[in-house]
Amino acid sequence: MSTGLKRIALLYIIVATLALFIGTLFGPLQAFDQARLDLYPLVQKLLPFVRSYYHGLSLHGVLNALIWTFAFTAGFLLFATAKALGRDYPRLWVPWLSLVLMVVGLVVTAIPMLRNQATVLYTFYPPLQAPPMFYFGLVLVVVSTWVVGLALWQIYRAWRREHPGERTPLPAFMALVTYTMWFLASLGVAVEVLVLLLPWSLGWTQYTDPQLARTLFWYTGHPLVYFWLLPAYIAWYTVLPQRVGGKLFSDPLARLAFLIFLILSTPVGFHHQYVDPGVPVGWKLLHALLTFLLFIPSMLTAFTVIASIEHGGRRRGGKGNFGWLWKLPWGDPVVSAQLLAGISFMFGGIGGLINASYNINMVVHNTVFIPGHFHLTVGSGVTLTFMGMAYWLLPQLTGRRVWAPKLAVAQAWLWFIGVMIFARGMHWSGLLGVPRRVPMSLANYWQPEWQLPSLLTAAGGTIMYLGGLLFFLVFLVSLFGKRVTIDEAEYAFAEALSPSERAPALFERWGVWIGAAIVLIVIAYGPFLTNYTYNFVAPGFANYWPR
Amino acid sequence: MHVHRYEKAWAYFSIGLVLVFFLALVTAAFAGGVQVPSPAGIINPARLSATDFAQPGLRQLAPGEYEVYMVGQFWQWTPNEIRVPQGARVKFYLTSGDVQHGFKVQGTTINVMVIPGQVSYFSYRFKTPGEYLIICHEYCGSNHHLMSGKIIVEAPTAATTAATP
Repeated sequence: MSTGLKRIALLYIIVATLALFIGTLFGPLQAFDQARLDLYPLVQKLLPFVRSYYHGLSLHGVLNALIWTFAFTAGFLLFATAKALGRDYPRLWVPWLSLVLMVVGLVVTAIPMLRNQATVLYTFYPPLQAPPMFYFGLVLVVVSTWVVGLALWQIYRAWRREHPGERTPLPAFMALVTYTMWFLASLGVAVEVLVLLLPWSLGWTQYTDPQLARTLFWYTGHPLVYFWLLPAYIAWYTVLPQRVGGKLFSDPLARLAFLIFLILSTPVGFHHQYVDPGVPVGWKLLHALLTFLLFIPSMLTAFTVIASIEHGGRRRGGKGNFGWLWKLPWGDPVVSAQLLAGISFMFGGIGGLINASYNINMVVHNTVFIPGHFHLTVGSGVTLTFMGMAYWLLPQLTGRRVWAPKLAVAQAWLWFIGVMIFARGMHWSGLLGVPRRVPMSLANYWQPEWQLPSLLTAAGGTIMYLGGLLFFLVFLVSLFGKRVTIDEAEYAFAEALSPSERAPALFERWGVWIGAAIVLIVIAYGPFLTNYTYNFVAPGFANYWPR
Repeated sequence: MHVHRYEKAWAYFSIGLVLVFFLALVTAAFAGGVQVPSPAGIINPARLSATDFAQPGLRQLAPGEYEVYMVGQFWQWTPNEIRVPQGARVKFYLTSGDVQHGFKVQGTTINVMVIPGQVSYFSYRFKTPGEYLIICHEYCGSNHHLMSGKIIVEAPTAATTAATP
């Protein structure tokens, strides 16, 4: 593999970690604010540019949920695909271009955000209006992900010409599914920003349609969740079994799970809009059913991944129903971070089923139950997996060993323990009706029964943050760590007990699966969009935040 | 394709599980009447004066039956407080005069987005007397955290149906 590609992947992971570093700065402030301890006045003394809770929250959301995940995924999957296919990118300037677009997009988005001119949170619902630079920067970030997808398809086609009739190696197959799904899914927010918001922010159009904008946003907003999650699943399927000394239980079933994600991830957006006034109940119900079906590939993943880990534990001498668990190499931060991520994600998945539950959603919609849920999923299931994968990637990309692996293990445990306490507090508060995205220290409706769960949130968030700080420390020192020779066997992808040859040839026929995905999208959104009464009546509201 | 029998059993279990859950929701929605909001028309926030929202407030339709028109605007509801007798069924019509807001009434199933250009509708029977807190649950700018209101449900002895602004 060329050093050029390693450099791209490394830079991506550094950009991602930098975004996470700045983004998580605001995490404990928000957690403390849940317990009515307003630290923002103090923070403003240290970081005078931070204007308010909402300002911090906007940065927290965009940097963590969008930049950290997108940049890490790009670095990880560009590298993993080339590694799995055993060849270089035919045109290395394409991944370079994606990296440049990501960095430029991040800087362009960050300028209005840091100046508190785009305090619109990461959902940027109109008619709250940000300056054109904010939307333009986000466009560049999304285009960067498309260019990554293009690079993946280029390397796949080059490999395919050299290997006709072979099964695509699993990590490459999964990376292609991930970016293809995301391309179809990101068209919604692309239309929202390019057609509705950017011209409106530039003043070329005066009015917008907020209900339509929400619909386009959530067309992308839910599959976005799978764009975060699938790279973590790729790590669990292709790296984790090998690291614990086992084999992947079933390669064909792993492919099937990903193909279901390809066709089902997008036509589910209305489950974020169950209480929207402008969406008829029939469409909400259809999306509820499709969302529930999407639970199935995650259940398949749970089975296959746990069976693969168990295989490793038993090969290491583990006995009994659960005895194999203790035989796993918990001292390896690549392993422990991902195992803990998986445990927290299980709870997140169950919570997700509650959120998707149509009328039950009315109990939790827009309460802190929701951020409680997604800190278990993207905030831990994905983020903690990526932290573990950073310890897998760094030695391969830099030729240097991870500094203080024991500290790295402690880091993962702190994050895990923190997020479990934090999420317990958030879910509990949410059931008691605490709204999300509100600085409780300033709200005029505090209820005494919110006190105890809020304290859990504050305590958990603090522990999480300590785990995060240790991650940044280990990451930084490892960049300058001792040079080592990489033992390729240690970093190989997992072999499968049930190998890829057993997968039907149909799994390699991309046209069929992409076609099925498009048909489902048309069914789920087409009639709604043709029957919808377009209503462009909302002028923009800017500057409704303290300067 | 070879699938291990445990795997197959797990897959069937998963499919069965979500279908049972889905049936339970549909039953609750259509037989039990726990339904999510549905469209109640579109509106122009610049011309609310030409609509039923021109004079927001509570109106009695019949004994125990009320409707209320409420407008969400930086950073309060108009009216911000209503009083109804215990057992009253209230039809809420809500819209926004500026940005997106959220309307959640503590201790009830009332939870609906309020979006400029759209009319939100919700019907609810208040069976228990007391003060119900209205919370705006969608970020709506710098004083979002101050946007709250009240629904006061009075026990039968207190005879009043008037809306207070």
